[in-house]
Amino acid sequence: MEKILEVKDLHVTFTTYGGTVQAVRGVDFHLNKGETLAIVGESGCGKSVTSNAIMRLIPSPPGKITAGKILFKGKDLAKESEKKMRQVRGVDISMIFQDPMTALNPTLTIGTQLIEGLKQHRKITDSEAKKRALEMMDLVGIPNPAERMKQYPHQFSGGMRQRIVIAIALICEPELLIADEPTTALDVTIQAQILELFEKIQDVTGVSIILITHDLGVVAKIADRIAVMYAGKIIETGTKREIFYEPQHPYTKGLLNSVPRLDTKGRLKPIDGTPPDLFSPPEGCPFTARCPFAMEVCNKVYPKSSNLSDSHSVDCWLQDERAKQLLATMVTN
Amino acid sequence: MLKYILKRLLIMVVTLWIIITLTFVLMVSVPGSPFNSEGNSNEIVQQNLAKHYNLDKPYHVQYLLYLKSIVTLDFGPSIKQPNQTVNDLLGRGFPISAELGIVTIIVAVISGITLGILAALRHNGVIDYLAMGIAVLGISIPNFIMATLLIDQLAVQREWFPVATWKSPMHMVLPVLALATGPMAIIARLTRSTMLEVLTQDYIKMARAKGLTPWKIIVKHALRNALMPVITIMGTLVAGIMTGSFVIEQIFAIPGMGKYFVESINHRDFPVIMGTTVFYSAFLIVMLFLVDIAYGILDPRIKVAKKEGE
Amino acid sequence: MKSNQNPQHITRENVPDEWFTWREKNVKELEMVSRPSLSYWKDAWRRLRKNYLAMAGLIFLILLIIMAIFGPIVSPYDANKQSLSEQYQPPSAEHWFGTDGAGRDVFTRTWHGARISLFVGFMAALIDVTIGIIWGGISGYKGGRTDNVMMRIIEILYGIPYLLVVILLLVVMGPSLTTIIIALTVTGWVGMARIVRGQVMQIKNYEYVLASKSFGTKTPRIIRKGLLPNTMGPIIVQMTLTVPSAIFAEAFLSFIGLGISSPNASWGVMANDSLGAILSGNWWTLFFPAFFISFTMFAFNVLGDGLQDALDPKLRK
Repeated sequence: MEKILEVKDLHVTFTTYGGTVQAVRGVDFHLNKGETLAIVGESGCGKSVTSNAIMRLIPSPPGKITAGKILFKGKDLAKESEKKMRQVRGVDISMIFQDPMTALNPTLTIGTQLIEGLKQHRKITDSEAKKRALEMMDLVGIPNPAERMKQYPHQFSGGMRQRIVIAIALICEPELLIADEPTTALDVTIQAQILELFEKIQDVTGVSIILITHDLGVVAKIADRIAVMYAGKIIETGTKREIFYEPQHPYTKGLLNSVPRLDTKGRLKPIDGTPPDLFSPPEGCPFTARCPFAMEVCNKVYPKSSNLSDSHSVDCWLQDERAKQLLATMVTN
Repeated sequence: MLKYILKRLLIMVVTLWIIITLTFVLMVSVPGSPFNSEGNSNEIVQQNLAKHYNLDKPYHVQYLLYLKSIVTLDFGPSIKQPNQTVNDLLGRGFPISAELGIVTIIVAVISGITLGILAALRHNGVIDYLAMGIAVLGISIPNFIMATLLIDQLAVQREWFPVATWKSPMHMVLPVLALATGPMAIIARLTRSTMLEVLTQDYIKMARAKGLTPWKIIVKHALRNALMPVITIMGTLVAGIMTGSFVIEQIFAIPGMGKYFVESINHRDFPVIMGTTVFYSAFLIVMLFLVDIAYGILDPRIKVAKKEGE
Repeated sequence: MKSNQNPQHITRENVPDEWFTWREKNVKELEMVSRPSLSYWKDAWRRLRKNYLAMAGLIFLILLIIMAIFGPIVSPYDANKQSLSEQYQPPSAEHWFGTDGAGRDVFTRTWHGARISLFVGFMAALIDVTIGIIWGGISGYKGGRTDNVMMRIIEILYGIPYLLVVILLLVVMGPSLTTIIIALTVTGWVGMARIVRGQVMQIKNYEYVLASKSFGTKTPRIIRKGLLPNTMGPIIVQMTLTVPSAIFAEAFLSFIGLGISSPNASWGVMANDSLGAILSGNWWTLFFPAFFISFTMFAFNVLGDGLQDALDPKLRK
């Protein structure tokens, strides 16, 4: 399969008054053409920073990509000039934001906001642009598009606004769509509709999607593969089936146990504690302090990646033979 | 929107009525005022006043007739300059004051907004600190001190500009500078802070994600929203410039309304004080009203919010 | 610290076997590293202290208040004693700030003026706050019709040009310390009342207020204990802006002939008296009052800015 995006050893830091925050600490993942990758994690784990880094939308200063590669169709976006990046944004890669209530400019009409990206990147007449905008509004399911184009964001409901944001993102036919918590700010019923819309547009346009979320319910519905992120690192990655049915990392297991499921009995179990302070991230595995299976080694050295299949890999010392022996002794005792 | 305008209009009328009534009540109680003129010696003046203010009638009739004369824009005679009416003074002074005021507003708005935007775009940079330094100084130095400094440095010691009066564009430079510094500083600070806030908004990030050029993002998306609050304080700024002009016109010997007003205060020329106060108030209240309406037109959210809210 | 825990030669490839034992007391360690939580005021103070400009303003104001209290006492000169033989003396060892046109010691007069200017400023702010809190608090807390009526009154008063009313009142009452303070506060409280109302409206719907309401706590107690402490931030910021604007208004009024009459000189009166003197080269008579007016305004402004940043809960992290 063709890899459309490959992120290698990405590091992002933020310099603040309190010190330097290592928000992303060596992230590797890739995205195949036409698939949906979900990046899952608690808030503050670096998933949004990662997605912004791909778009090179990290405010600088204070943010900075300190190392790593972002290969989009073989081209390293981490090294592109701002001017070149402007030709990537909206055209090759588009982005959808969490809160549709704030993502649209309250003082401009929907039509203006839809068309301006198109006018920026394509040599196109106003009537052609308008025609294309109407098509897009139709695609994302907005009734009376011609009339609605003249209206302002406050005249739309949250769900409708998110549809418009999606239409804006797709209007230049990008190959990659990054959706940062696209359903978090919406009602549950609206969430389902928006997720269906994602499936529909993927069918229609063949766009590849990176979905940033903390909501495993969303992931279960539309992701092909899942990357679990914790404290600035991807700790486990695999297909949806592998992550849901054979989770290896205690954190992934914890995440799954904190989500209501039909097939498990017993109580929901939240993960105790909070993620570590990324001003001074721990030397070892960042989950050590919260991990029910923590060993002395975990706090001292970061585990190496273990590949369980072509698609499934995990960073955890429990994969080490010695840990498996320790587990075995515990079971026999 | 229409309902909103009507409501604002009503409040405006009530405010004006309170001011007119206030001037009447206060003047009735002050010795030497037209309504209480034991202190006046000049016969002709006394007769003029008695005639204009109907002093032979009871207070409530005086009050009603006073209201009527103001509604018909007749502010009565002056005490200290017997041949002059307040209307004469306003007619002569207002065009000059208006000229000074308008030039000042234009200078203050343009320089303030520019300074504010530059500061916001170079947040925490040298330009930011410099612009905000200028702004804080501008707010802190009272305009009469600024005016004196300007005259001393640029007119007396260096003779670059004329010291006083109001004859040519060169004469305008110093008074406008002295008067515009304060409002400029306020606009600059406000523009900077709203601009900084707007720049962190999601829709700006969205505009960047669309691949728009920085110029387009600033002009089309950020500026418009950042300038909304500047419009809301325009009424207050006009009031500030107006009261500031009392002092500036005095210092620079500009024959505007402000100068007549301050002179009337010093001479206790009560009809002029009353007349100009009412005139100034009416002017300001109308300005505040216009600003409100302009804001309603420029911000699409207001219209609907008001419609639904009513 | 790092090298203690993880000597250089150990990498993820050669970790010793003995490290594969279960770890104890994870959660405790977690609590140890989490940052200590600070109270609202402590946190605000910590942030204000980092703002050097605001701190400089605060220190300037404290020094000014000290000098306003002790300056005239310490000085060997009388603030109002005229001496024709000592007219327009430039600053010297005897007269640190020189003397004015009537031979009065500018140093003594400056601190004397500080007393008056600061008194006017603080009194105006205090009265504004008192009326503003009562009016805004009741209006915001009661809501409904009461709020509607009270807000209409505020809207009408807000439209009345502040300085014009002040001028009118002073013309009628005659300028004195008391009348200036009265005139400045007649419409000045309106801004404060608006701010308090907005705050109260916002906070009264928070859970903790609703909770105490449901326990049957009486209204005045809710206002005192529940609402006021949480509205203090914006009120304090507004106060730091009211004081300099009152000082400025007083100086302005002196200038148009409605100031506190001599010999009780405020800074405004001093500056106004000396405007002509600067042109004849006696710069110090204007410089010192002008400097202190400007710097006091500057100090209040930067302190107000700093407080605003420090007290804004949105900025807390």
